[in-house]
Amino acid sequence: MVKAEGVHKRFGRLEVLKGINLEVARGDVMCLLGPSGSGKSTFLRCINHLEKINSGRLSVDGELVGYRESDGKLHELHERDVARKRAEIGMVFQSFNLFPHMTALENVTLAPTRVAGVSRAAARERAAGLLTRVGLADKLSTYPVALSGGQQQRVAIARALAMQPKLMLFDEPTSALDPELVGDVLDAMRQLARDGMTMIVVTHEIGFAREVADTVVFMDAGVVVESGPPADVLGNPQHERTRAFLANVR
Amino acid sequence: MSSSELSDERTGRPDDIEAVPVRHPGRWIAAILVVLIAASLVRSIVVDPNFQWSVVGHYLFDPRVLRGVRVTIVLTVVSMVVGVVLGVVLAIMRRSPNPIVSGASWLYIYVFRGTPLLVQIIFWYSIGSLYKTIDLGIPFGPSFVHINSNSLITAFGASVLALGLNEGAYMSEVVRAGFLSVDDGQGEAASSLGMSRMQVLRLIVLPQAMRVIIPPTGNETISMLKNTSLVSVIAYTELLYSVQQIYSVSFQTIPLLIVASLWYLVMTSVLYVGQFFIERRYGRGFSRAERATMRARWLGTRGNRGVT
Repeated sequence: MVKAEGVHKRFGRLEVLKGINLEVARGDVMCLLGPSGSGKSTFLRCINHLEKINSGRLSVDGELVGYRESDGKLHELHERDVARKRAEIGMVFQSFNLFPHMTALENVTLAPTRVAGVSRAAARERAAGLLTRVGLADKLSTYPVALSGGQQQRVAIARALAMQPKLMLFDEPTSALDPELVGDVLDAMRQLARDGMTMIVVTHEIGFAREVADTVVFMDAGVVVESGPPADVLGNPQHERTRAFLANVR
Repeated sequence: MSSSELSDERTGRPDDIEAVPVRHPGRWIAAILVVLIAASLVRSIVVDPNFQWSVVGHYLFDPRVLRGVRVTIVLTVVSMVVGVVLGVVLAIMRRSPNPIVSGASWLYIYVFRGTPLLVQIIFWYSIGSLYKTIDLGIPFGPSFVHINSNSLITAFGASVLALGLNEGAYMSEVVRAGFLSVDDGQGEAASSLGMSRMQVLRLIVLPQAMRVIIPPTGNETISMLKNTSLVSVIAYTELLYSVQQIYSVSFQTIPLLIVASLWYLVMTSVLYVGQFFIERRYGRGFSRAERATMRARWLGTRGNRGVT
């Protein structure tokens, strides 16, 4: 589903990603772990072209991100093609980024009606279903400001799912939450993984990674230090850097 | 607070301190001076026959004055509409990734904020001497519409052009501040849902920016109302020029300026009241205490928005 080959990303002179090689199969859940500044969030943002990569190849579902290849040359994609591809990838942010001037239901129906061209009635019905699935059936007409962080993040998950994405990206979805609210959000994500969604999750929740991930990737300083099944990377890390990190996080 | 509540009558309150207060003779002298000056001013306004209050009363509802008031209101509204529309367009242009488009916006603001409004008014009124005719068509190509400048640039046309184009430059800065007040994460979330740049602007950024844009727009409207008096220099009969026409014949300059001032005060008062209600409406749920938590929730840990 997602394939990265030698992905480099620079911000000015600062090299944030130094050649990332990763592959995520359809239906798999990949958890990205690592200290802050290791480049894991940047990598996630490259996948839906919120950031442009400087070299290497990055593709989603067999299609390059942000470019089209013909005659051995790369052509930049038009803005609307980038938007069309983003619509197929759901993203959940650390700071929720719900639209504060809209109710929970309006947050979820906005993109389906405005981008996907779904009828208002159909969008409302689907949105109500999604919000019910994340346990917010009674909050449809509530504005974000009146919701707890955990509830806001679950609305954000429903908002992303409303576009029926083939891939979901989670950028530290529980890092801004009070500890007691983390569980509900992780439950929603766990449910999603069970339903077969392809997911890439940047997280510090080692327990979640161990339980849900098919692959765990440990990144540091812009490179992949170690990757593999959770039992290997978390249970029996081969690299000193991974061991040190896990010792501190646990 | 709590300690003084403890020591009330039931628990036996200690005597209040009775100290000799510090004398402030300076304050008394200052107060007496201010009152004396104010009283003499009021006395001269009321008693001095040169104010000619009967003349003020005579002209206050004169049809020519009322017509001037009406024209001033129309000019304010039309120019403000031009200014707001232009301001939004310029602010959007300023965000454009195209350097020519954003540069054009910057240059426009630079020129129109950097030259006096009075000069701009006279300039637009005299545009006929620069361009005899105005052609609409393809640049360097054929033209479809052919207009004589003098028929297009009436006093009203020149006034609206000058006031509206000038206001556009100021409004664009107000709108830009509104745009900047919306967190980048909002745009990222919207574009990650597949929305286009214009959709993000129209559906996400602009509605949230309104809260920041509305109050200064009220101020701009009040300034505009008073700035309309500048077009009296091109003999457009708004309120000031209407009273000028009267006193140029009757030489009752002061009483007629008082007539104009009273009407300006009435109109700005109405705008102040309107602004009060609009601000209260858009500030709902944004009292200081609430705002701190809302900002934390919406914007993560962002600090000051850098917007006044």
